[in-house]
Amino acid sequence: MTGLRVHSAGPGVTVQDLGRPGWLAFGLSRGGAADPLALVEGAALLAQAADCAALEMAGFGGVFEATQDMTIAVTGAPMRAALAGRRLLWNATHLLRAGERLEIGGAEAGVYGYLHVAGGFATEVVMGSRSAHLTAGIGAPVAAGHTLPTGPAGPGRAGLRLDVAGRFAGGTVRIVASAQTALFSEAERARFEATAFVRDPRANRQGARLAHDGAPFRAEGQLTVLSEIIVPGDVQMTGDGTPYVLLPECQTMGGYPRIGTVVPDDLPIVAQAPPGARLRFRFVGLDEASADWRRARTGEAARLAAAVRPMVRDPAAMADLLSHQLVGGVTTGDDLERKEG
Amino acid sequence: MTMTATAAHPQIVPMGLAGLLVRFSGRLDDGANRAALAFRAALEEARPEGVEETVSSLGSVFLRFDPGATGHALLSERVAALLRARDWSATPLPAGRRLWTVPAVFDGPDLAAAASLAGLSPAAAAEELAAARVRVLSIGFAPGLPYMGPLPGHWDIPRQTALTPVAPAGAIVVAVRQLIIFPTATPTGWRQAGRTGFRAFRPGAAEPFPLKAGDELRFRLVTGRELDALIAADPAGGGAVAEAIA
Repeated sequence: MTGLRVHSAGPGVTVQDLGRPGWLAFGLSRGGAADPLALVEGAALLAQAADCAALEMAGFGGVFEATQDMTIAVTGAPMRAALAGRRLLWNATHLLRAGERLEIGGAEAGVYGYLHVAGGFATEVVMGSRSAHLTAGIGAPVAAGHTLPTGPAGPGRAGLRLDVAGRFAGGTVRIVASAQTALFSEAERARFEATAFVRDPRANRQGARLAHDGAPFRAEGQLTVLSEIIVPGDVQMTGDGTPYVLLPECQTMGGYPRIGTVVPDDLPIVAQAPPGARLRFRFVGLDEASADWRRARTGEAARLAAAVRPMVRDPAAMADLLSHQLVGGVTTGDDLERKEG
Repeated sequence: MTMTATAAHPQIVPMGLAGLLVRFSGRLDDGANRAALAFRAALEEARPEGVEETVSSLGSVFLRFDPGATGHALLSERVAALLRARDWSATPLPAGRRLWTVPAVFDGPDLAAAASLAGLSPAAAAEELAAARVRVLSIGFAPGLPYMGPLPGHWDIPRQTALTPVAPAGAIVVAVRQLIIFPTATPTGWRQAGRTGFRAFRPGAAEPFPLKAGDELRFRLVTGRELDALIAADPAGGGAVAEAIA
């Protein structure tokens, strides 16, 4: 069996794919990768389907070893990583030779990094997905001693890279009015839009708490709202008027009022905002947001595939030629140390 | 897009780029729940183009759709046409529902407090809860978690202000005219009146979620020792049996 041995893993390392839709009527949220765009990018790099399962690493990776040579890709939050002792380029594919050690440390920006393998991880499918949904008790964190089986590899090869959309330091996200927005006065909505929020350290795959200066956000009849369905992206005001942005493992229904819903394409900005990052919200019309969503989907896979290019760089454009290795995605090898210094 | 108690219902409102909510009531109401159950069944039957998933909650129905295949305006029109077709709160509940009989013990740590709020002695409260036949009004919050009711009006008791740190899996808790059997151990503001061996979420099982919204449930009183034996023989079901509702 071809697989990836886990020598050590951070506390938030799980197998994730695009999630488990279709169980809402039974109280199970879709789950899946906190940053689905990173899955799509990994799939483009490895020329495989976006629903291939990858390792999601919340804040910190681990030490891994391949049982046989395999092609890997790393995407999402850039992490300090080394392959056989040499610094590993992020958003790129690499050859992981049998027996070599792949060491992935802490995130340098963002929160969720992803390790993909050619063929995807072929772990057990539970209710239509390989995603761990720890809130629901499905699956378990990846831990030392595990060997994760991999599926049949496709045409993916090493030495490719992809420039990705920056989303690892907060920013402004688009939000649309939703079923309970009208519970908030216009003045309260305007204040929400004008407020600079800070991503609180309290965040996980269920949701991210946002801190702000100023008065709590209040809905009319805040404590008497009948529980209704929740969708990821909803911005819920808890009892003390603090907003939470709900993420893939959120509860499926709730009674706290919601001021709106972050559009799916901007939700990775929230999920990837590290503690202390600033976040702002901008209301956009539902029609405009829907049109943007459709436009972004049109030819998306082909566009990403076309953006994948070899790692070779133009020597003339490089300030410090000797510190780079031109092919292979590894650099001089002392970056980790130099960065520490 | 108003949502006050006096606003006209049902309402159809967008919920995110891929969702639509049909709200039959803004407050807990048995007619609205019946309407939600019946209307969801009709939607499942009609399956308007682009709809990927439907779910009823206490007083509303949510439709998740593929925004690449349909849009809020078009889908709202279809849903509105179906809504107009009949009085959904007077429509019989959908077919295929089951009646569950679940062995239970009413010896919960909060039984006396809950009974007192309901104006009953602990023994009378246990007897009433054990004799109640409730409907699964909605499933949600946590996987498989059933909100069941409605209980008689004197059971409109508030949640606790403080959370109980952990109620065990199988705990029967009560508040606001409803009962819940917790599928997993959980913190709660509801009061624990009893316990069962019934697990409403069985990850990896052929039928991971035995209960569906609209199913009905009653308890069968057993002793603690009998319950332990039932759980030993049937760890997931705790001796619960289901029969079709004709």
